[in-house]
Amino acid sequence: MFPRAFHYHRAGSLKEAATMLSQLGPEAKLLAGGQSLIPLMKLRFAGPPHLVDLNFIPGAAYVKQDAGGLRVGALTCHADIEDSPAAAAIPILHDCAAGIADVQIRNRGTIGGSLAEADPSGDWAPVLLTLNADVRCLGPKGERTVPISKFVVDAYTSALGEDELIIEVLIQAPPKSSGGAYIAFKRSAPVYASASAAVRLAMEDGVCRDAAIVLGAVGLTPVRALEAEAALRNNQVTAKTMEAAAEAARAAADPQPDMRGSAEYKRQLVTALVKRGLEVALKRARGEKVELSHIYA
Amino acid sequence: MPEQEQMVAIRVKVNGKEHKLQVEPRLLLVELLRENLDLTGTHIGCDTSYCGACTVLLNGKAVKSCTVLAVHADGGEVLTVEGLAKNGELHPIQKAFGDAYGLQCGYCTPGLLISTYQLLQRNANPSEKDIRKAIAGNTCRCTGYQNVFKAIKAAAKGA
Ligand SMILES: Cc1cc2nc3c(=O)[nH]c(=O)nc-3n(C[C@H](O)[C@H](O)[C@H](O)COP(=O)(O)OP(=O)(O)OC[C@H]3O[C@@H](n4cnc5c(N)ncnc54)[C@H](O)[C@@H]3O)c2cc1C
Ligand code: FES
Ligand code: FES
Repeated sequence: MFPRAFHYHRAGSLKEAATMLSQLGPEAKLLAGGQSLIPLMKLRFAGPPHLVDLNFIPGAAYVKQDAGGLRVGALTCHADIEDSPAAAAIPILHDCAAGIADVQIRNRGTIGGSLAEADPSGDWAPVLLTLNADVRCLGPKGERTVPISKFVVDAYTSALGEDELIIEVLIQAPPKSSGGAYIAFKRSAPVYASASAAVRLAMEDGVCRDAAIVLGAVGLTPVRALEAEAALRNNQVTAKTMEAAAEAARAAADPQPDMRGSAEYKRQLVTALVKRGLEVALKRARGEKVELSHIYA
Repeated sequence: MPEQEQMVAIRVKVNGKEHKLQVEPRLLLVELLRENLDLTGTHIGCDTSYCGACTVLLNGKAVKSCTVLAVHADGGEVLTVEGLAKNGELHPIQKAFGDAYGLQCGYCTPGLLISTYQLLQRNANPSEKDIRKAIAGNTCRCTGYQNVFKAIKAAAKGA
């Protein structure tokens, strides 16, 4: 299968990419790792007349820590995030990066491409929502920073303007006594999750001061389970409160039935995933090292 | 659609050999290897980025060459299954797959060999879990995975 013919434009810098986008018009598309776009083009679901290739831009792929927080360049592939010291320090990043598809896809797919694609089953958005990450965007008029909660607008729709691109994801390291976890249920490695849960607990003297619970693949966008969070906030995290949170998360999920399962089946998955995620997040908040991997059916 | 086909000049080293080519930007890396360079060891299975039969190393990283454009290899290095054997001697990974009956029809094998090569380059002593993770993107429809595991373990011991 071949993509439809297109004009190829190789950007030498992020700025040049933004300029190219605005000059070529709304039909031009950016190409990052190509792990979403190339299959779509081969299947002729997409046939952009112009592609602006971001792959040869020097210095656009990095994971670095500075005074402002953890900075991840838009062109950073999932595998490089998985192997980064930052992912060791913030284990939810490792849970997410290491569980995306398979090695080959992780070697090419990028965090910027994943967020821009805004696939309802994409893994990064739910995780970054629990971390209150910011998305730095660049357009012809300059830069702006969009909180991740405002960035994801709808299924396959982000807050990006037609002539804007993502340049960086900015993450504030969570406080020491907090812990996060991300867990998905997948039919096999190279497929999107049937359902997933990203959780974060901020603990203080055995009491949960703050909680974030975001569900993936069970709605048109990631679902923030506010009532589930409320079930934990200012409470002790016990089997009982975790159960209550998991039940509230189940009620918040709004899954579509598809080849991955019925809506009821996916709700059931949510209950189990939230519970498992909370158990791990609690241990991590206590400073325990816990390895977590997705569940493969 | 462009009225006139655009051609892009690329330079790429494949299995150690330098090539200068003019390619259509929509040419996929797997087609460049198979059609332009006659390296048909890399297979096309699903052609939709799932099965991993088309796995090659691009700049040291395993990728599914059916989902990478040839222009992305510009200035880079590719290793395909043809590049594993040296001086007529099979690579130890290839020998291990043969000895452990890690293949039947062999369709998936070039991809599995390259994924194994990447794994052992990074981790000379992989655990069962490491092996599972490393080949999760490679589907085999006839051998199953038990003998593949044995082959990879044997290759790791020999490496
Ligand atoms: C077999 C398979 C399994 C997969 N499984 C999973 C999974 O389990 N979980 C998961 O999360 N993902 C999965 N993916 C998707 C993968 O993570 C992709 O890498 C990701 O969705 C897109 O990233 P990319 O760099 O490949 O982007 P591309 O495919 O290059 O681009 C995707 C879209 O984003 C736009 N874009 C790219 N970069 C930017 C930028 N910097 N700024 C603005 N717009 C941009 C492009 O124009 C395009 O519209 C899978 C993909 C495949 C092929
Ligand atoms: S042919 Fe490339 S993944 Fe199947
Ligand atoms: S050996 Fe036949 S598909 Fe793997």
